[in-house]
Amino acid sequence: MATMTPAGDYRSTYREDMTIFPTRGSRIALWVGLALLCLAPLVLDRYLLHLLINIGFLGIAALGLNILVGFTGQISIGHAAFFGFGAFASAWAHEALHIPVALAIPLAGLATALIGLVFGAPAARLKGLYLAIATLAAQFILEDFFARARWFTGGVAGRVTEPFSLFGFAFDTDETYFYVVLAFVVVMFAGAANLMRTRDGRALVAVRDHYLSAEMMGINLAYYRTLSFGIASFYAGIGGALYAHYLLFVSVEAFNILFSIQFLGMVIIGGLGTIKGSLMGAAFMVLLPEVVQSLADMLAGGAVDRALKLGASISYLREMAIGAAIILFLIFEPDGLAHRWQQIKAYWKLYPYSH
Amino acid sequence: MELGFLLQLLLNGLIVGALYGVVAMSFVLIYKASQVVNFAQGEFLLVGAWVCWWLLTAWQLPFWLGFLVTLAFMTLFGILLQVVVLRPLIGEPVISVIMVTIGLSIFFQALMKWMFGVFAQPFPPVFAVERVRVLGLEVQSVYLFSLAISVAIMLGFWWFFTYSKHGLAMRATAFDQQVAASLGVSVPRVFAMSWAISAVVSAVAGVVVGVVNGVSSALSFYGIKVFPAVILGGLDSIVGAVLGGLIVGVLENLAQWLDAEWLNWGNMYQVAPFYAMILILLIKPYGLFGTETIERV
Repeated sequence: MATMTPAGDYRSTYREDMTIFPTRGSRIALWVGLALLCLAPLVLDRYLLHLLINIGFLGIAALGLNILVGFTGQISIGHAAFFGFGAFASAWAHEALHIPVALAIPLAGLATALIGLVFGAPAARLKGLYLAIATLAAQFILEDFFARARWFTGGVAGRVTEPFSLFGFAFDTDETYFYVVLAFVVVMFAGAANLMRTRDGRALVAVRDHYLSAEMMGINLAYYRTLSFGIASFYAGIGGALYAHYLLFVSVEAFNILFSIQFLGMVIIGGLGTIKGSLMGAAFMVLLPEVVQSLADMLAGGAVDRALKLGASISYLREMAIGAAIILFLIFEPDGLAHRWQQIKAYWKLYPYSH
Repeated sequence: MELGFLLQLLLNGLIVGALYGVVAMSFVLIYKASQVVNFAQGEFLLVGAWVCWWLLTAWQLPFWLGFLVTLAFMTLFGILLQVVVLRPLIGEPVISVIMVTIGLSIFFQALMKWMFGVFAQPFPPVFAVERVRVLGLEVQSVYLFSLAISVAIMLGFWWFFTYSKHGLAMRATAFDQQVAASLGVSVPRVFAMSWAISAVVSAVAGVVVGVVNGVSSALSFYGIKVFPAVILGGLDSIVGAVLGGLIVGVLENLAQWLDAEWLNWGNMYQVAPFYAMILILLIKPYGLFGTETIERV
């Protein structure tokens, strides 16, 4: 953000211009923030840690979808299916091939990337709503495959997995697993932020902004569209694998279309085409049901509760909240939370002389 | 494998396919007029069927009256959705429009579950005679009724778009919005009208399916099944939508039979249309009758 750099902060080389954290303040904030997060398991209770872990692995998958939707401009309504594939792939690789979990997670990411490339092949030819519909088909086909491939997913019974372990130390509690997820989040987000300043990353953005011009400038459309699908699936696979080794149980029903829509919601609410927006969107989607739940708890026992059957239908209320949040964000804040965050920062930066 | 069974399957496929065709037609109507891909089409069926069911059971209205009130309600519902939710998004990128209809879809699906529960509710009996024999085949009379309604709606569409003033205005808008506006067609009104008609027609289909199978949230799956039909026929072709619906209806019945006879995979009834759709998207993405878009810089 050019407007956000303080006066006197000049860039004289391309290298300086491309830094992810341009000012000393932002670099300090990054390290302090990471240090605070490392301390989190010592102070926070189980429940908050659980939410943070959820935000972590969903944020990784949402980041993948954001690379696809926000940076490349391709739509996917089947992200949950890829997330699920990653979960099953990691669990299966550990159980059937006896690969240690720490290795099975990246492998699951690669396997999911391969599947993503297969389903991404139509993406080389399709765009916009045709692609949306094709990925919708991918969602149903993969869901059907999960239900059928008993050797891979355990069928309707689901599949039990082992906790993450490294050098004989099992990360099987919320406190320890938090560090695993945090490490993956840092690596994956740093990877994405760096990807976006390479030639490939800029090519993806060019494909989004005007694909005909991009093609004329020598960008291979088919290659980059498919590549973007592969990257998105890789992130989804990693996220799914982290999910599998956190819950220690993967069930076929979890990866339905509503879950896919939730991922799209995260990307849109967080902000299309922003790296940190993916994490913000994931946080929003994880916290939204909690807010709905606490609102319902506040009303519990009252006349409103009895008249509307709030307690019994809390899951529908959550779904409605998700739908309503997507609609309201698209109408009133189409640039998402990341944009809102920039505006808040800009407001305080210039306060009280904002004009 | 006797011939009669196959015929029965084909007939079932055609009857269900006609309903798909009707829903696909109303989907295409919205797409043609306002370039919105409506992922909430299935929820039109759902809302319409539940409203009709509620009027019939809670208010004990006779079927024809409840049906008419439902249609009136759906007209308002369609207009309201277009004006409140879709109008602010005119000019936004495709993904925003798709996402907002997806948001609408999960919102109304959850709302209906909250209001009416998750269990399928049977309609009060509408017809005196349960089943009739046609050409030696057993057919439920509701199926015949549904086929008749489908054909009537299709004929109605044909008349509307060929002879009526509003229908011509809609076609003009679909052809070129700016030219239509300069010739005195009110484009916002055409948008609202297309949503209203689409909602009403889908609700009719919803009520018909509700009478046959009972009302439940499974109805909204028709909105998803519409996609193979419209992709097959071409996204902006009404004739294609009807034909696509019929083909999908027959295809899923045949797939189920193939599956039961030889493959034993299960669930082919639901998934086969999507395999077909992927194939069509790869080979002929604009479908049988769709217009190929040619992009110039």
